[in-house]
Amino acid sequence: MSLSITLTINGAERTVALDDPRVTLLDLLRERLDLTGTKKGCDRGQCGACTVLIDGRRVNACLALAVSHDGADILTIEGLARGGELHPVQAAFIAHDGFQCGFCTLGQIMSAVGLIAEGQAGDDPERVREGMSGNLCRCGAYAGITEAVLDAQRVLNEAGREQAA
Amino acid sequence: MNRFDYVRPATVPEAVAAASAPGAAFLAAGTNLLDLMKGGVARPSRLIDLGRLPGLDEIESLPDGGVRIGALVRNADLAHHPEFARRFPAVAEALLSGASPQLRNAATVGGNLLQRTRCAYFYDTASACNKRAPGSGCDARGGENRLHAVLGWSEHCIATHPSDFCVPLAALDAAVEIEGAAGRREVPLEAFHRLPGDAPERESVLAPGELITAVRLPGEAAEFAAHARYVKLRERTSYAFAVVSAAAALRLDGERIAEARIALGGVALKPWRARAAEAALAGARPGADAFRRAAEAALADAKPSGDNGFKIELARRIVVRALTLAAAGTPGRVPALPASPFAPTSGAAPHA
Repeated sequence: MSLSITLTINGAERTVALDDPRVTLLDLLRERLDLTGTKKGCDRGQCGACTVLIDGRRVNACLALAVSHDGADILTIEGLARGGELHPVQAAFIAHDGFQCGFCTLGQIMSAVGLIAEGQAGDDPERVREGMSGNLCRCGAYAGITEAVLDAQRVLNEAGREQAA
Repeated sequence: MNRFDYVRPATVPEAVAAASAPGAAFLAAGTNLLDLMKGGVARPSRLIDLGRLPGLDEIESLPDGGVRIGALVRNADLAHHPEFARRFPAVAEALLSGASPQLRNAATVGGNLLQRTRCAYFYDTASACNKRAPGSGCDARGGENRLHAVLGWSEHCIATHPSDFCVPLAALDAAVEIEGAAGRREVPLEAFHRLPGDAPERESVLAPGELITAVRLPGEAAEFAAHARYVKLRERTSYAFAVVSAAAALRLDGERIAEARIALGGVALKPWRARAAEAALAGARPGADAFRRAAEAALADAKPSGDNGFKIELARRIVVRALTLAAAGTPGRVPALPASPFAPTSGAAPHA
């Protein structure tokens, strides 16, 4: 059977011919589309390093078959900045020392973008920590990550209010 | 991961027909199945991708006040559905205590019921496991088994069922709607999962090719909404399976308990409805003495399957805690740490 799929990746439509249905979305991004910003940590849904947004929702790309997501809209870390301007979540991770080695960082950032969009955590640090619990950081930068998420959320909410006004 | 044929049916009957072939498996989100396939634990020769089946992703209110949840509804969407969370708060809390936000955004209702045990010997293909390879033995017996079953286990298998969602569903008399080649049928959730006995490879009452299409909660389940909680003890604060968990729901009549519902998770190969404990509470005044009696009744038949005797007293205390929190009243919003024993207890004793 034909396994040609079309995805919108970071705003650009891409048609990919899959020779094998076993290809995960993570491997498709990294190995076939050279989008290596999305990291392979555990590859088993335990660490969150492969977090991307599918149709606006954060998921583990390692546990998604690419072929199942034909037609989906995918946002990866490469699609977050606008030209030379960092996304507010990216900027906040730098401002708050939200990382050390950086391997988990793209997953943390994509998860934070998803968390803020979900709008469940509010400004409660405990809810932010719980909402980020699917992303492990072996360097232990959690304190900075929580501050960065709260700060980025304030910036994004203010920007949203200005747009609405 | 083994090679497989990929099939994407357009209708439920097509899916059921495609699943009649030996070696076929249904794929929903794949958050458990793909993990098992990567480890060589599951090796389906054909995957039937259910993702495009119409009509299975709806949450419908029923005339009796109950709810019908399509099998493809995502865990996060159900937990955050305002009407559902208001009427069935213990179910929402259980969902939010499970897995991670990313996994809950993908994982489905049907897949949650059918997730496999997290017994490490089941996952390790070098170990003997009667569930993975019938007749090979059980290396969990005599192995690292402090988290294994204390109720309903057999010499052939001491694994537990890992679902949080299924625990309040069992307590609240949920039903599972099933479609197969022979037509539609439904089964109480409490009777859906099988205890291991001498055939631990048979995990549910589903016949080959049968598909879960929905889970239903009856209207009377919403009568517990004011006093319904889920409590889950984990080995870390979040993103871990239950060591022991309990759902408790009370319907109060003045100062007495008119009706109680209790089920336990992490103790057996199925969500464990504790009917004797429920009976012990009918007509009783809510309080520490009654809750302890109920907990004793819930674990009356428990016995260790290895180095896990501690789970029996732990389970009693989690039952008491869940009942105490339920009696105190369902909070207006799911706590910051859903189902956590570390969450503030709003007046309830922090230690049972």
